[in-house]
Amino acid sequence: MNPIRVVIVDDEQPARSRLKELLEDCRGDVPHSVVGEAANGTDGLQVVAAAEADVVLVDIHMPEMSGIEFARHLQVLDHPPAVIFVTAHDQHAVEAFEVNALDYLTKPVRAARLLTALKRAANGARLSRGVLESIDPAPRRHFSVAERGRVTLVPVSDVLYLRAELKYVTLRTRDREHLVEESLTQIEQEFGSVFVRIHRNCLVARRWIRGFERGAETESEAGWWVILEGLDEKLPVSRRQWPQVKSLAQ
Amino acid sequence: MSARKVQSIRQNHLPDALPDFRNLGVISRILLAVNALALLFALARSREIGEFASKVTEIAGSLEPVLLVVLVVLYALSALFERLPYAQGLLAVFAVVLASAAALFPFQPVIGGSGGWGDFAWSLGCAAFVTGALAWYFHLRNRAFSPAISEARLQALQARIRPHFLFNTLNAVLSVIRKDPKRAEGALEDLAELFRTVMADNRQLIALRDELSLCRQYLNLEQLRLGERLQVDWRLDPTAEDALVPPMVLQPLVENAVYHGIEPGIAPGLIEVRIERRGDRLWLQLTNPYHPDYQHRQGNRMALSNIRERLQLHFDVEASLNTRVADGRYEIGIAMPYRTSL
Repeated sequence: MNPIRVVIVDDEQPARSRLKELLEDCRGDVPHSVVGEAANGTDGLQVVAAAEADVVLVDIHMPEMSGIEFARHLQVLDHPPAVIFVTAHDQHAVEAFEVNALDYLTKPVRAARLLTALKRAANGARLSRGVLESIDPAPRRHFSVAERGRVTLVPVSDVLYLRAELKYVTLRTRDREHLVEESLTQIEQEFGSVFVRIHRNCLVARRWIRGFERGAETESEAGWWVILEGLDEKLPVSRRQWPQVKSLAQ
Repeated sequence: MSARKVQSIRQNHLPDALPDFRNLGVISRILLAVNALALLFALARSREIGEFASKVTEIAGSLEPVLLVVLVVLYALSALFERLPYAQGLLAVFAVVLASAAALFPFQPVIGGSGGWGDFAWSLGCAAFVTGALAWYFHLRNRAFSPAISEARLQALQARIRPHFLFNTLNAVLSVIRKDPKRAEGALEDLAELFRTVMADNRQLIALRDELSLCRQYLNLEQLRLGERLQVDWRLDPTAEDALVPPMVLQPLVENAVYHGIEPGIAPGLIEVRIERRGDRLWLQLTNPYHPDYQHRQGNRMALSNIRERLQLHFDVEASLNTRVADGRYEIGIAMPYRTSL
């Protein structure tokens, strides 16, 4: 068996070095090597992708991006690694892990627990997106896009609109487009008031709406177009959504 | 002493004690109560409404000088009285009141009567009655507030040291044990000291110097874990360090500053602590970076209301605690009387 490739993500340096010590102690029982470490989720995603990690040990409580959000972004990789969560004291998360039979470690971590978790992770228990969402229903701060084997993060506040096209959803920022594998309905539910639905196939970011323009009416379109800040493209509002969208015009 | 403490905890209220006659809140309560009684008395003695004003002036003329003299004497002797057991202290207060009333009697304008022995006895009787009524009031107030002190202490105990901090710190100590055993020793000693203070009976005022050293021990521990992300700038007025403050008045605020101001940031953040003495006032100010997105993190308001409540119990209206956000920093300011003895 090839040694397991492990990555450690924790914002506290002593916590990372403690995990490395304990991993060292476990090496005889489960062959593995530590192939990378990171102090936050954003760096962690790149390290995991570059190192082709099999297992990630991740602290839940980190600045900017929580361990749970980090794990959600990992799921866009072709071969997402197994995730073992580590927490000092988060009653809520621990209960959620128990309910969903996910592996977690509490700080201070015991070598014996780490060993059990590693063995299980090596057998390939994988997370599902749904479970992660149920653990932390707070909206993400980023959308994650898999591009050339890496994870690209797009801050939610940079998104102008999201439009469903055949199989994918196109996510538009001022500079470029990305494809995401999520449904508009899920996104609408997760982010609540951040986006407003203007059409069956389109959500736009409220904060970037700069106005409405009158255009030709058609059978399904209300004859109004949304203008977004910094974008030449105009988006049609459907007849059905117009009554709700109209209130934003005032 | 310790037996008395144990007993007082079991009974869930403090042993009776005289009010602090140097406290503005106590002084204003006495002034208000005595004058309210005088007004009632004037009302009772007036047969018609026109007479009321002249009765008030008459009573005030004889009452206010005695009241002022009594307050000044009590203020001056307050420290002495606090060392006496409650019963003796109460007797001493009565003695002060009666002596003042008797000493000032010859200078009093004559009210109605002849100014003879009958009036003298009447005047002392009134003074004794009012003093008794106030003693009863402060006794009831003491009873009403003392469970709050125990309650605040208990609440404090739970809110104080976050489990999050304890477990993370233990983890950090474990991480240095193999490489730097000396540092691990120091950290465990700091941790023990911190818990000793948290678990102590926190009702007596302590020197600001001790509170500051507690904060430093706490910050040493956080430094071990957070490294250079935690920057602290102390600006201390050396003349302020003798001041008496409620224990754990600053440590929970420093802990909050780390939890809400430093941990949510990837970049290093600065905590500033300023302590200043201006005349008979002590000013404490604490600022930390403000992260609006992390305000849902629990515990800040609880610690604040807990400290505010304890400040009020110790200093009544003479202490204040205010918070604000300015220039991307969260700021807490505390003002309290500068005192070096009880």
